[in-house]
Order: sequence, then structure tokens, then C-alpha cells
Amino acid sequence: MQTSVINIESIRNDFPILKRKVHKDKQLIYFDNAATSQKPIQVIEAISDYYLNYNSNIHRAVHELAEEATAAYETTRDKVAKFINVKNREEIVFVRGTTEAINLVAYSWGRQNVYKDDIIVTTEYEHHSNIVPWQMLAKEKGAKLEYIGVDDKGELILDQLDGYLDTGRVKLVTFSQMSNVLGTITNSDEIIKKCRKKGVKILVDAAQSVPHLKVDLQKLDCDFFAFSAHKMLGPTGVGVLWAKKELLESMSPFNGGGDMIREVHKYETTWNDLPYKFEAGTPNIADVIGFAAAMDYLERIGMDKVREHEIELTKYALDKLSQIKKIKLYGPNEMAKRGGVISFNLGDIHPHDLATIVDEDGVAIRSGHHCAQVLMERLDVAATSRASFYIYNTKEEIDVFIKSLNRAKELFRI
Amino acid sequence: MSSADIYREIILDYYRNPRNFGKIQNPDIAQKDSNPLCGDELEMHINIKDNKVADVKFTGKGCAISQASASMLTELIMGKDFEYVKKLTKEDIFDNLGLHDLGPARIKCALLSLKVLKYGLYSYLSEKLKDSMSADKIKEEASGLY
Repeated sequence: MQTSVINIESIRNDFPILKRKVHKDKQLIYFDNAATSQKPIQVIEAISDYYLNYNSNIHRAVHELAEEATAAYETTRDKVAKFINVKNREEIVFVRGTTEAINLVAYSWGRQNVYKDDIIVTTEYEHHSNIVPWQMLAKEKGAKLEYIGVDDKGELILDQLDGYLDTGRVKLVTFSQMSNVLGTITNSDEIIKKCRKKGVKILVDAAQSVPHLKVDLQKLDCDFFAFSAHKMLGPTGVGVLWAKKELLESMSPFNGGGDMIREVHKYETTWNDLPYKFEAGTPNIADVIGFAAAMDYLERIGMDKVREHEIELTKYALDKLSQIKKIKLYGPNEMAKRGGVISFNLGDIHPHDLATIVDEDGVAIRSGHHCAQVLMERLDVAATSRASFYIYNTKEEIDVFIKSLNRAKELFRI
Repeated sequence: MSSADIYREIILDYYRNPRNFGKIQNPDIAQKDSNPLCGDELEMHINIKDNKVADVKFTGKGCAISQASASMLTELIMGKDFEYVKKLTKEDIFDNLGLHDLGPARIKCALLSLKVLKYGLYSYLSEKLKDSMSADKIKEEASGLY
């Protein structure tokens, strides 16, 4: 009953963790991929190979280990450039994750370009990481933060953007390419077209989209683009900020320190070239190298296949879930408009109780506000349960999950 | 402990039909807290008269464990001596709920009500009774719950 698009058996063999049991004898079913994905053996080996065989700091030393480490680190930058299809490798800045990338833009570009009464536009379905940095900036500068609302289908109400843009005060529109709660795929082209007409800068939070959809930055005409390695088979602690060269050149550094300088004198410093200007201090070398193995892995499967597999799983799951009485599913119905993230509530069972029950059957799902309390308020719920899929998940696993939900219903007598 | 042991009839009953749910006007103690990880919210109102709990009510949102725990705690302390209430421990809460060996993720749900109660008593002791020694002791207990 596995989906036909990818060789699921050989993929699952690459993920040793999927063989483990939880709660003594229950086969692990990992449906918390929107939080972080599992890592294939190739990624784990790339990291340990670095520590075992060529651990060294990068960029400065001239010895052989340093040369090998620098080459591996910089190769990852080339792979990122290819993965998201950008021309200039120096536009790829390694950071700790999406959160740090957004904070970098808010701190550096935001402080230089946002002033009193300016407007920053975000959306109601953002992760806290694409709300809080802008609140902080708006407070500091006396600027305003405005929200594009979410309709009952879980899609953005893009007409609202026109109203904000018409004020002529909008400096930045920032949105996630895929909602981490509803799975909604944002109509990015439409937003970007509207912004371009008014000369407004655009930041895309791609934490949920890059791991699951083919992304082409030469087609997506944004200014800033941020994502994390750990949601796409890579290690934690690595993320990418991409921005147009002229923007990065105009921006002040975020952190000062080693590696980001050209010359340091007692009272004056000149900055290093891009991207090093934004990579102060010893970076997360091992995990950046591991990230390359993650991108290699995804490219071997092909991002089109990844998407196809997830569509098949999501369709199957939505079909089974919608047959459960008293279930409330959130997010769009059309597969073209959603990724493999399903949020729901079952009767009056609180998501934490539900997650506890299905965990007992080996199924790891997420429960809570998913770092999206603004959206929870909009949906008028305290929390939801969330199942999210990736390349190694199967329809058989979904069957176990559905059975477990029915057991929860029995326990709660609904 | 297994879900079948946790979600017994009595827990579900208190979750769906919480006793002492509501607010008190001008209470002697009004305390709220939330569990930032799960978003459980709880507010407790208490009136003290003649060194006894004259009335207690709570409002809140959250999982079955947190809400049943709060409701059962209000029943436990209603009419009781202030001294008795001050001495309540987490074991008393587990006994009261009939839940033992909850996993680390869910212990917080069960103990949120006691945490709110203890912080409420702390404010009452320090501000109204000016008993800073007892107040500090109970604050320490509250912060050490989880």
C-alpha cells in the first residue's frame, strides 16, 4: 500500500531511528516532521566523518585539515545556491536557523530602513519567529505592524494587502511560504507582484516550504529568503539567509567578531566581503557539512517526487480523517494549495490528551499552539493536534494513526 | 501510566462538568498562571474567613488533566483551615486525582492548579497578613513544583 512514486523501503533503511520502538514494543511512527525531520545515515556519517578525520577551523589556517574543512564548508554553500537556484554563492549566508535569519534582517536591514509611522506587514498564520522580531523593531522605531488575515478555508485574504500598500508607508511584507499549522501554500507570486508595483521589500519565511516543495529563487522575485536545515533531513543549528547582493552590501553586520572583518584597528574596522561579513565567529562547521549530505539526499530523490509522495499521503490521510465523526480539520481542501501538514481537533479531547494517547500507540504528533498563537486566536482554539509527513512515511502508518484516534474517542466516550 | 488509567470516568467527568467553575467578586486571593509550553491557563479565586476557605472558584482552559486537577483541588480545600491549605503538597494532588507516575510532560498539567494556589497564598501572606516568612517559604515551594 506504499505510495508508488518513491522507493520507500530503501529510504526507510537510511533512517536508523525509524527502526526503534517506543513505549516498550510500539513501532515508532514519526508524524512531527513540521517540527523537525529525522536524519538519514548519510547526514550522520558526514558529520562524524568531519569530526573523525578533518576537524579543524575554517578560512584562516593553511594546514591540510583546514583546507579540507574549508572546502567542505564552502561546497555546502554552492549546493545551497543550486538547491534554491540562485546565481551568486556570496548571497548565501549561513546562520543558526530561520529564526536567526529573520532576526538578522530585522536587526540589520530593519534598523537602517524602518522609521516612525512606517508599516511592516505580516500575516495571521505566521510562526512566532516571523512576528516577534518585527514587533520588537516596530516598538523600537515607532513603526506599525499590520496583519493579512486568514479566511475560513485557511487562506490569506490578499485584498487586505492592497489597503496597506495604498498607504504608501509599507517598508516590508513578510510571510511564510507554507503555514506550519494549516499547511496552506501561500500564493507568493500574487503577494510579490503587488509589492513590486509599490517598490516594497519582501521577506519569505521558507522554513516549511523548502523541505517539501521545489523552490526556484530566480522565479520567486523576493528580497530575503530564510530556511532551516533541520526540517529537511539536515542537522539542527544550521539555517540559510539568502538576500540580494546589493541589499546585503548595504546592510550593517549583525554580529561583530572574527572572520567578518577585513582590517581591524583600534577604533575602526572594515568589513569582509559577502557573505563573510555576516558570519562572525567560528560557524557551525560540522553541521553545515552535514547539511550538504541532506541536500544531496533530497536531490537524489527529486523534490518533485517528494511533493508527489506527500500529496498522496496527505490525500489518503485527509480522506480517512474526514470519516471520523466529531473531527474538525483545518486548512485548505485542495491538494494544490496545501502541503503535508494536517491540523485538527477531535471532539472535546484537548490536543495534549490526544497526543498522549496516540503516543502510547507509537505515533509522535504535535499538540499545542505550534508557535502560532495569533493563528490560534483567529481559529478561536487554544490548541490543535498536528500530524505532518515526510519522505519516509507510509499509508500503513496513517492506518495505525487512524486506529489510535478511534481508541482516543473510545477512551473519551465520544 | 497508561491512558486507560489516566482518563478514567471521574477525570473526564470533572473535565466536562467542572465543579466550582467561575469567578468570585472581590476575592481575597486572585491568582492566575499558564503553562507556556501547552497553553494551559488557570485562574483561581479564594475568599478566606475566620482562617478558613469560605469560597473558592476557578476558570481555565486546557487538557483534561489540568482542568480536572483544578476542579478537584477546589473541592479539596473548600471549607478547610488555612493552615491545612498551606501545607498541601504535590503528593496530595496526585492522591486527590488518583494519578501517580505521570510522565514528565504531563506532571505539569496536574500541578498547575497547586502552583496557582501556592502563588495565590504567597500574595495573600505577604500583602494582607504581612507574614513574609511564611510567604517566602510558600513561594519557594511554588517555584520548586516543576
